[in-house]
Amino acid sequence: MTESYDSASNGPRPENRFDDLLPNARQNTGVSTALDKNVPVAIDVQGIEKKYGEIEAVKGISFQVERGEVFAFLGPNGAGKTTTIRMLCTLARPTGGSAKVDGFDVMQQPTAVRRRIGLVFQEPTLDQQLTAEENLQFHAVLYRVPRDQVEERIESVLRLVDLQDRRKDLVSTFSGGMARRLEIARGMLHTPAVLFLDEPTIGLDPQTRALMWKDVLRLRNEEGVTIFLTTHYMDEAEYADRIAIIDHGTIVALDTPDHLKKMVGSDTVELTTSNNTLASSNLETQGFSVKVGDENVVVFADNGESQVTSIIEAAGVPIQNVRVHRPNLDDVFLHFTGRQIREGPAERSFPMHFRNFGHRR
Amino acid sequence: MAAVDILVGSARLSDERNKIGFELRTIAMVWKRELIRFMRTKTRILSSFVQPILFLFVLGYGMTSLVGTTGGFDFKKFVFPGIVSMTVVTTAIFSAISIVWDREFGFLREMLVAPVSRGALVFGKALGGTTIATIQGTIMLALAPLIGVHLTVLLVIEVILLEALMAFALTTFGVFVASRIQKMEGFQVVMQLVLFPMIFLSGALFPLNGLPVWLAVITRINPLTYAVDPLRHVVFAVQNMPPAAAARFATGVTIFGNTIPVIGEIGIVVVFAVIFLGLAIRGFGKPD
Repeated sequence: MTESYDSASNGPRPENRFDDLLPNARQNTGVSTALDKNVPVAIDVQGIEKKYGEIEAVKGISFQVERGEVFAFLGPNGAGKTTTIRMLCTLARPTGGSAKVDGFDVMQQPTAVRRRIGLVFQEPTLDQQLTAEENLQFHAVLYRVPRDQVEERIESVLRLVDLQDRRKDLVSTFSGGMARRLEIARGMLHTPAVLFLDEPTIGLDPQTRALMWKDVLRLRNEEGVTIFLTTHYMDEAEYADRIAIIDHGTIVALDTPDHLKKMVGSDTVELTTSNNTLASSNLETQGFSVKVGDENVVVFADNGESQVTSIIEAAGVPIQNVRVHRPNLDDVFLHFTGRQIREGPAERSFPMHFRNFGHRR
Repeated sequence: MAAVDILVGSARLSDERNKIGFELRTIAMVWKRELIRFMRTKTRILSSFVQPILFLFVLGYGMTSLVGTTGGFDFKKFVFPGIVSMTVVTTAIFSAISIVWDREFGFLREMLVAPVSRGALVFGKALGGTTIATIQGTIMLALAPLIGVHLTVLLVIEVILLEALMAFALTTFGVFVASRIQKMEGFQVVMQLVLFPMIFLSGALFPLNGLPVWLAVITRINPLTYAVDPLRHVVFAVQNMPPAAAARFATGVTIFGNTIPVIGEIGIVVVFAVIFLGLAIRGFGKPD
């Protein structure tokens, strides 16, 4: 347990984190059929759209999610995130395009799709008057978990979210965070191919969010499940392998968090030195791209953090202060949509917790 | 080839059998949940007895002094089967209407998005309500000796079967109503506008003969009338009622002077149950 906590609390390392867990995803790129159990993509969306009367909530979007991937839909409220998730979960009928989940068409084979997905909604859907165990048993029957596996699965999903001790307790005695984690466990009970999480951390306090994320990443590590989530928190999207930024019903950008940030601009290393002019000319001779500001020297570097030592060496003058700025997802969102993502007062207080390990400034 | 066909055929057969097995498992699970929840809410168990007991003793004793005794048979004894019915009906409706709570607390969604048939969910729910209501109604029978109602083993079995039918019909009706209610406030409205009038106008609390025409018409339209009467019929059958009492506290529902046989009344209740089971299944599937 402590192991996975540590690995998660090291902060987001979005690339190549769990590639070893994706043996099929990278190799098998053959044509997928409904009969093929090793279909290469977990989610395949082709020009899916949803109109409510005149209003186009989702305007024909396409994307693919590979197996074992953590895929985030990032966008403001009303951008079309929940509508998309509802269509993929067969809870809303697309008005155009098509989508396959685990190789099954959401419109042609909705029941097959539902059996292969786990769902965690924004709103709680637990029975407060039942114990954690009873809630899970109920779910096990509804999702046809074979009788002889129910016990084993309940044990293992409760362990995944660290709620073994609360197994026999009524859900009404659970805190909001515990209840949410139990819902995630329940979503995993029938070993789904894809786990859908709609705003999984909404309404949770920072500590609980951090815990929940550890749970989610552990699910992927230990169960190899594909995770599709929506969020409007920048910080959470950092955990994803790939992010689709959605705005006004269209995908405006889709890539790994790192690539998205690189599209916005490179890292900058700001140096405050005893002699800025000398430092900058020294750096330029060494081949760095430099800009001299009023009180500091700004060095543009692709991977600012790892180059700090060589930059300081190359400057050749005493350094008073060093600050590495890496474009964050706020910058990315602003870049692609021309505006900042809307955040309420409650959300604003939160990001610092993650930022502490997320970005060094 | 033939061997393959047989194999495929039997695979299909076992698929079908599995499907039925899964449906039954779902029904049993939904049923079990109803019972667990019921056992856990002690106040609900207690409160569902308070009202009928109050009616039985307050109304029973009060009316007995007014109506008097005919051949050793008094109003308390007359109203007793009606009070048992009232317990069953109230419990059944309460149980069914808990769907409104399920919606409020989100659990309804967990059920609706699951890859199971709505029929299995509604049927399990109805069976759960039926079980609970039948148990409650049967516990009420314990009061029979207190008011001098004679019980036999056969009578208790008959009563339980009739209670179960009544409860099933009312639970399906309740599930249908609940599926139409979006808000908690609607619940009170249903209780005031549906449940109480249904009980009061079913002949549970007064004899159905000699009523003014308008009241007679309403009681004959009320399906609950046909569920209460058979229960009273079987209870009265073993009470050794003198003819005068039997005439005064008559059983049987008459329409245009014809008395509907008990089997006919049961038939009406069965039809009612089937119709509302169908409507409940249809109504249940509408999420959000």
